[in-house]
Amino acid sequence: MSTVQNFEIYVPKLLDRREFFSAGHRACQGCGEVLALRLILKALGDDVVVSNATGCMEIISSAYPQTAWEVPYIHVAFENAGAVASGVEAALKALRRKGRIADRYVKSVAIAGDGGTVDIGFQALSGAMERGHDMVFFCLDNEAYMNTGIQRSSATPFMAATTTSPAGKVIKGQRTGKKNMPEIMVAHNIPYVATACPSYPIDLVNKVKKAKEVKGPAYIHVFSMCPTGWRSASEETIKLGRLVVETGVFPLYEVENGKYRMTMEIPKKLRPVEDYLKLQGRFRHLNPDDIEKVQALVNKEWRKLMNKVACMKPW
Amino acid sequence: MGKRIGMEVAIAASEAVALCNIDVAAVYPITPQSHMAEHLADIIHDGRIDAEFITVESEHSSISACAGASAAGARAYTATSSQGLMLMHEILPIVSAMRLPVVMGNANRAVSGPLSIWNDHSDIMPQRDSGWICMFAENGQEVVDLTIQSFKIAEHPDVMLPVVLNIDGFQLTHMIEPLEFPSQKEVNKFLPPRKPFASLHPDNPLSMGCFNTPDIYMETMKAKDTALHNSKKTIVKIWNEWGKQFGRTYRPVETYKAKGADTLIVTMGSMGETASIAVDQLRKKGISVGLVKMRLWRPFPLDELRAAIKGCKTLIVMDRAVSFGGAGGPVGTEIKSLLYHDKGRPRIVDFIMGLGGRDVTVDDFIAMVERAKKKKDETYEYYGVRE
Amino acid sequence: MKQKKAASKAWPEKWNEINPGCMVFIPGNASTYHTGSWRAQRPEWDNKKCIKCGLCYIFCPEGCISEDAEGFFKANLDYCKGCGICAHECWPGAIKMFEEEE
Repeated sequence: MSTVQNFEIYVPKLLDRREFFSAGHRACQGCGEVLALRLILKALGDDVVVSNATGCMEIISSAYPQTAWEVPYIHVAFENAGAVASGVEAALKALRRKGRIADRYVKSVAIAGDGGTVDIGFQALSGAMERGHDMVFFCLDNEAYMNTGIQRSSATPFMAATTTSPAGKVIKGQRTGKKNMPEIMVAHNIPYVATACPSYPIDLVNKVKKAKEVKGPAYIHVFSMCPTGWRSASEETIKLGRLVVETGVFPLYEVENGKYRMTMEIPKKLRPVEDYLKLQGRFRHLNPDDIEKVQALVNKEWRKLMNKVACMKPW
Repeated sequence: MGKRIGMEVAIAASEAVALCNIDVAAVYPITPQSHMAEHLADIIHDGRIDAEFITVESEHSSISACAGASAAGARAYTATSSQGLMLMHEILPIVSAMRLPVVMGNANRAVSGPLSIWNDHSDIMPQRDSGWICMFAENGQEVVDLTIQSFKIAEHPDVMLPVVLNIDGFQLTHMIEPLEFPSQKEVNKFLPPRKPFASLHPDNPLSMGCFNTPDIYMETMKAKDTALHNSKKTIVKIWNEWGKQFGRTYRPVETYKAKGADTLIVTMGSMGETASIAVDQLRKKGISVGLVKMRLWRPFPLDELRAAIKGCKTLIVMDRAVSFGGAGGPVGTEIKSLLYHDKGRPRIVDFIMGLGGRDVTVDDFIAMVERAKKKKDETYEYYGVRE
Repeated sequence: MKQKKAASKAWPEKWNEINPGCMVFIPGNASTYHTGSWRAQRPEWDNKKCIKCGLCYIFCPEGCISEDAEGFFKANLDYCKGCGICAHECWPGAIKMFEEEE
């Protein structure tokens, strides 16, 4: 009898059964970000301390006297998730060394939205990564400051309509492209950087587990679908997450010690970006010329990534 | 009395911190605090103490890292000045609201516009309402003693509030003074390792920093205010314990030749020593003058101040900061409003002096006492400004 | 400051009943709030078509879909917000959304 070799069986029942983020949280119907968070926490397990920046996940989960968090959790302010997690990491290290807490490895984890990562949280994140703290930083990217009412961030994609980059008569939506945060994180010389999407849940879980094992800083940029902010149908959340990957708008890859590696099948031809844009109200003002501009930008970023995959060697 | 060593006060502050078995220090350098940061780095890098030194990238991150560390159960320390303290401003009320016992050394320095690296109190005054316990040191020995006491006060279960210790920049931080350091054994006896009320660890998961809706926020604020007011009795108790163990007792308000004086000068910080020499000289001339030195600024020690100024006719408040477009200096304004209803309260004169490192000498204090005698009303005025 | 883990207090609390620092000592007590009242439609499983893959459980943002003793799945209607993701993703078409009549 033959046995298939090198075959990792995908069984959802191998995921941790426990819910580390209780139901009863106040996220919108169909929220992709809270789904990503739920899966991330399953992958991380018990031995974590979460430092969370102000944002959707903080507000929907921690209205005193309630909390949806089953793991140790702290929220301080908007721009300092990286700094608070650095302090937690240093404390856990010192206290364990001095025998004042259990002799067990507990990971310090920072979770912030795109605002708390690429804009106001940039400095604290950069400092934390540079200092080499043993922590994982998760950016849950729903591409705008959603919690305060859908204002643009530097992670908002080109031409998307937000309340501070509206589709007006003269200026049609966001004028610049999405800041490439994973690339900036690679430039900090950290051992592990990855992009992930909850529509690919096992890939996400595997990357989180890998990041947890790194003894040093790790960064995962998680695409977070937002039906409320993007004006998309709540049931199409997962579908949008698949389209964003298939169109090359949000490629899935890992960078380990500087070596770029795709964790998705590299398509011979990217799916047209229009398939992704037409499902979202935030792009409904785009005419065919605009869609071509968006497609050109997507193609350019994809080429840049393919070049890096081809020629970057491990450090 | 133990052996005294000559040491720069900023360096001594870090030596005192080193005696306190801290776990985490997150410091960003700024003049004139920099010697404090540098010496703490030396101590930790030489392995003299077992602590993590986080070289943060800004003061906003230094206070945030201390908040995270303190929340995880560590004894955390930071130090700053002026612009650094202003950058921390956003986080300070959060640290006190979350009842995290962070201790901070503040090397008082003027606040920018325009930039000045020299001493005044305009950096700490905007943090008045942040909910931190706030004290002023007058000399190097006080810096050493108050630093060690700050950890015990902050971590006490009846307090659980962060503490900031003010040390006049350059005027005090860069002075070399003869100082007596308690031994490690004595400090260990006074200050045991931290036993956090609650901390972040998977053995006991909890959530910190939950937000408040309007139906509970006011209650939370009253709870915080009450906690800060109530902390005074524990502060006094701990100061008495220190006095018993080390022979130097501290009080929220100190007096110097104040009993029966017609006129009293009120100071905070290192200028108290200069003022006391002025008091001696004036008394030689037969003028009935004394000195009241406020060590504790928050919580405001009203009972102790009332007792110290009992019977005086004129109170001359020395303010090293001003509220632009307002009623004068913060100390003068606060004392005026607190004594407003008191029968037989003294006439209060409020001088704005010593801003941006402007030196205030013994002669200046004498001149201000003269000026106060002639002053007809209770409006504030600047001393020493070229007209 | 003696009480640490308070028993359930009446809400809204008095000022001296609030946990210090507004800490919450009961992890996951948000589950006392039933978000099921939000929904306009609810999912129902046709177990004849269900192949027990567990994808609906994975993709539910509420984490309210669970497995029963036979290995079939259903949503906890105390929490289900009716987003429709499970029905949309179920590839054998075992889940359909039904309007809540009220």
